Amino acid sequence: MSEPVYISSSPHIDSGATTSKIMRNVIYSLLPACAMAIYLFGLPGLRTLLLCTLGCMMFEALCNKLGGKPGTLSDGSAALTGILLALNLPPGSPWWLALLGAAIAIVIGKQIYGGLGYNPFNPALVARVVLLISFPVQMTIWAAPTPFSTGFDAVTAATPLGEWKTAVMLTGKLPENLSAGTLNYLTGNMPGSLGEVSALALLLGGLYLLVRKVITWHIPVSFIGTTLLLSGIFWLVDPTRYPDPLFHFLTGGLLLGAFFMATDMVTSPITTKGMLIFGIGCGVLTVLIRLFGGYPEGVSFAILLMNAVTPLIDRFVKPRVFGTMQEVKG
Amino acid sequence: MSSSALKTFPGGLHPPDSKQATAGKPIELSPLPVELILPLSQHIGAPAEACVEVGEFVLKGQMIGRAKGFVSVPIHASTSGEVIAVEPRIHPSGRLLPSIVIKPDGEESWCELFPADPEKLTAAELIERILQAGIVGMGGATFPTHVKLSPPDDKPIDTLILNGVECEPFLTADHRLMLEAPKQILAGINILRKILQVEKTWIGIEANKPDAIALLQELCAGTGIEVVPLAVKYPQGAEKQLILALTGREVPSGSLPMEVGVVVQNVATAAAIATAVIEGKPLVDRVGTISGPLIKKPKNLRFHCGTPLQHLVDLCGGIEHPPAKILAGGPMMGQTQLTLEAPATRGTSGLLLFAKEDLPLRPQTPCIRCGRCVQVCPAGLLPTTIAAYVRLDLIEAAEQTSAMDCIECGCCSYSCPAAIPLVQSLRQAKGMILEKRRGA
Repeated sequence: MSEPVYISSSPHIDSGATTSKIMRNVIYSLLPACAMAIYLFGLPGLRTLLLCTLGCMMFEALCNKLGGKPGTLSDGSAALTGILLALNLPPGSPWWLALLGAAIAIVIGKQIYGGLGYNPFNPALVARVVLLISFPVQMTIWAAPTPFSTGFDAVTAATPLGEWKTAVMLTGKLPENLSAGTLNYLTGNMPGSLGEVSALALLLGGLYLLVRKVITWHIPVSFIGTTLLLSGIFWLVDPTRYPDPLFHFLTGGLLLGAFFMATDMVTSPITTKGMLIFGIGCGVLTVLIRLFGGYPEGVSFAILLMNAVTPLIDRFVKPRVFGTMQEVKG
Repeated sequence: MSSSALKTFPGGLHPPDSKQATAGKPIELSPLPVELILPLSQHIGAPAEACVEVGEFVLKGQMIGRAKGFVSVPIHASTSGEVIAVEPRIHPSGRLLPSIVIKPDGEESWCELFPADPEKLTAAELIERILQAGIVGMGGATFPTHVKLSPPDDKPIDTLILNGVECEPFLTADHRLMLEAPKQILAGINILRKILQVEKTWIGIEANKPDAIALLQELCAGTGIEVVPLAVKYPQGAEKQLILALTGREVPSGSLPMEVGVVVQNVATAAAIATAVIEGKPLVDRVGTISGPLIKKPKNLRFHCGTPLQHLVDLCGGIEHPPAKILAGGPMMGQTQLTLEAPATRGTSGLLLFAKEDLPLRPQTPCIRCGRCVQVCPAGLLPTTIAAYVRLDLIEAAEQTSAMDCIECGCCSYSCPAAIPLVQSLRQAKGMILEKRRGA
């Protein structure tokens, strides 16, 4: 018995779950959406994906080096942020916009707070919103999907939500017929952010995350459910002015946001009850911004606003401690 | 019997149970080792006081350590032989603690035994026999059984629960005992029922032991004892979780099971009670599972209390490589051992040996607030929040966040993707809170 033995307190086994496995699984779950993005938007889409992903990894490495911290690229979180950022940008974004977004996401959205686990806001959404406010023109040029496109001279068009908003603002009514139909919304054959357009690809990825137990159902279900319910109420009140819930469900960034952005663990509540409140809040804000806000799309703002509320939710929403009849208030 | 219909508790998880290596193996008797090391502390409470001297010849079952105080039990020679030392020896807790070392004479000669018919004894006499036999909770907690059976008058007990859950991975000792000595267990249960005068008796068993459930259900038919299959989920065998699953009663925070009229006993304890009362034999041996990836021939062994762990390893085919981790008990709550020279005691439900590659030795990374620890916590705590308070030395905040309600099951640490020592921080918090309370 000359060999040393490990002395530690229990437990002595673990589940095998690691942060990098979680990040890798989320990346896998986004592959269908990435594939659809490249199919629909061609080389410009691929370029945006690569620039954002490699850019985020580069800025992460740079921050670690400057901060004298050990490398964190292997945890996969920087690459994931890059992919999510790309999927939230217009397909034909100029190269500098993508790189600037990557820098904002990693430096301002994440590393300034101390890196993974400490950022209060979803880094990719911080970048998207900063870009949207700073470069409103470039951030709202939507290329119409052109499968296998190789050039950057694509035809531009309005997103369905944009089309609706413009029509309502001009005429006070829904447009006669929105240019794309439900089938096109499902496959993604409509203008929009790189990764938000294909509902089927996003649902497939979301299902993967649920099946692999990377995320729980609480946030996506409460987020989407609230959006459907609230938009449904408005639609019933005035169907000539407000689009139907299916339109809300399939267009814009709802699915991308509900399954992949709002479920970001670092920036969402830690309890399942808190997650439900968070998801409901996201849904309410999304509908209100879409229907009454200045922007046609509200998912990013809704999630960021609820990110800000997360510490508050976590402070007041706690599980019931075993053997106590009332909630222990913090 | 669908799994969703099985009774259980909120939270928890299901680690790979790793029981297949020994679940089908009948209990074997461990032959005597070269020496037996009997710590005077094999239970929670005051250590016993040695009442033999070096050179003295002792008989099997003879009291060699006297109980000191109410929360204490006597220690008995687990075989006949010569006392060769009364000195501090390495204890399963890792400390050097006073122990009596016996060199067996190989005869296994019993001291004079006083068999009895439990029907003819009063509750007080039965409890006295249980105390004199040194019976402790054999699930691992080693709390003196006679104390649990003597609740204050203002705490009426109406329910007895037998814990046959065995939710720790690898361990199959209770499973085998239920299959091989069910009548012994039932005899013990009847003694417990007579002492406690309960209205209701349950035996809770995880549904992954259908053979034990079927056998006990058959034997319990018409006795008023209800055998209930429980969801396969750790820590189903934790006392408060088991009570909730079976009775729907929730033991209030900071209270003992008697607060809700329940006494819980392990099935192995029940069997030991029967042996003690009916045959008059004190607790000198027990069944444990010797397993883990490094053990060549995993077994369920009935060993003498005080058997050095090395002896048990040798009986299971020895080992080729030195172990990286030696565990007394299961992998979720067991205790690491410094050396195989330490003895197996009344509380040793298993001995597990692991190689380095079996151990989770990942470096800690930042909390990503995934909430897994919160979702699995059977106590309804926020483990990562409390761990952060401990890191910041905010002990009062930890106390206000119910750190004292932690049952130390380890589900949080098990499930943490960032390898944060969560339950370890909670133990630290509990220690510091107790220290603060003592100082206040």
